[in-house]
Amino acid sequence: MASATHGDHFGACPVLTVTSLEVRRGGIGLLRDLSFELSPGQTALVTGANGSGKTSLLRVLAGLAVPAAGRIDWHGKTPHRLPPEDRGDIAYLGHRDGLKRELTVDENLRFCRSFWKGRGAVEPLIAELRLEACRHRYVRRLSAGQRRRVALACLRLKPARLWLLDEPLTNLDARGTDVVIEWLGRHAAEGGVAVVSTHRPQRLATAASIEVAL
Amino acid sequence: MLDVVLHILRRDLRLAFRRWSELATPLIFFVIIASLFPLAATPDEAQLRSIGAAVIWMSALLSSLLALDGLFRADSEDGSMEQLILAPAPLGLVVLAKIVAHWAVSGVPLLVLAPLVAMSFYLPLAALPELIAALALATPTLSVLAAVGAALTVSLRAGGTIIGLLILPLTGPVLIFGTRATELAALGESVAGPLYLLASLAVLAVSLGPLIAAAAVRTALE
Repeated sequence: MASATHGDHFGACPVLTVTSLEVRRGGIGLLRDLSFELSPGQTALVTGANGSGKTSLLRVLAGLAVPAAGRIDWHGKTPHRLPPEDRGDIAYLGHRDGLKRELTVDENLRFCRSFWKGRGAVEPLIAELRLEACRHRYVRRLSAGQRRRVALACLRLKPARLWLLDEPLTNLDARGTDVVIEWLGRHAAEGGVAVVSTHRPQRLATAASIEVAL
Repeated sequence: MLDVVLHILRRDLRLAFRRWSELATPLIFFVIIASLFPLAATPDEAQLRSIGAAVIWMSALLSSLLALDGLFRADSEDGSMEQLILAPAPLGLVVLAKIVAHWAVSGVPLLVLAPLVAMSFYLPLAALPELIAALALATPTLSVLAAVGAALTVSLRAGGTIIGLLILPLTGPVLIFGTRATELAALGESVAGPLYLLASLAVLAVSLGPLIAAAAVRTALE
């Protein structure tokens, strides 16, 4: 059974409620009786060993998979039954970055921005993530860390209130890690909610409101 | 929602032209298969004319199989498909956009090449418009069937091989009506019947295929 440890929160009504969640994958039970809730401005840190179900939890929260039992409530709706017009409210960054290798960094970011009717401009993000030098380079020619930065930039362009980040610090250097922590803080300050899985909870501890240990 | 479809269509077309070798391979394959038949059978004009329609349609069918596997696999492997499932448009519409892009880069070039190949089989020039019309109605059905096969096998490692086994039996009606239309056109007779039937198949495929492929993709990625 998983446990959720609550830290400080703003006392607002929860917008994401997970109740008695049970997740199975390939017939194997991964999560059982998991419950936690998040209010605007809160970030949950999901921790656990390999195979404990961190990725499966995020996929279920995103609506990419259906739970075996239990209930997920995001603003009164179930993620996997969200109507298309509400799907832009959830941003998911998985292990795979979702970028097209045959497009340049700039082309990928512009696609993300127009596809999600994104907020903000591409240029400041490129500068913030130090991607100027590889802006017109094909993504297939980038290092794993640079690709992760571009994927994070896509996430930032999406006007989503719920961020679901699966190991966002993977392949990032110290500067990239700092940017993620800063963005999580900014997202929370804007009233956003985030669920972040990580193997490095100590690096993200400052951004977390609650810890969900699987 | 229409703008989401247009964004996907534009991106897929751009990607297809960046992967030009994948684009060209089925077309070269089409020409090679069609060119090998006279070597294996006979160079006799009358006999080539009698087998021309069947050769063109079989070549088109087999070459279209080559372009199938990449329809969803690349999106599945790089994580784009997860983002497309979360797109602010029904997944069926997203899949339809991808099918249209696939048809534009695999079906449309066939419409251009097929008359050239047909001439090498001594098909009369007057029959070429009907051949193009038949292919224009048949290739969308082939693209939809390709999408269903690709979606069903997206999570399988040897998906490319299995797609052929799944799809080829389903292409029977397209092959029959397409070949018949071409034969009738070569004889100077009306091709309305087979063209209507090809159009009906296209409407049925485009109406139901994207929904079936979307359900298969969602299930495969769960």
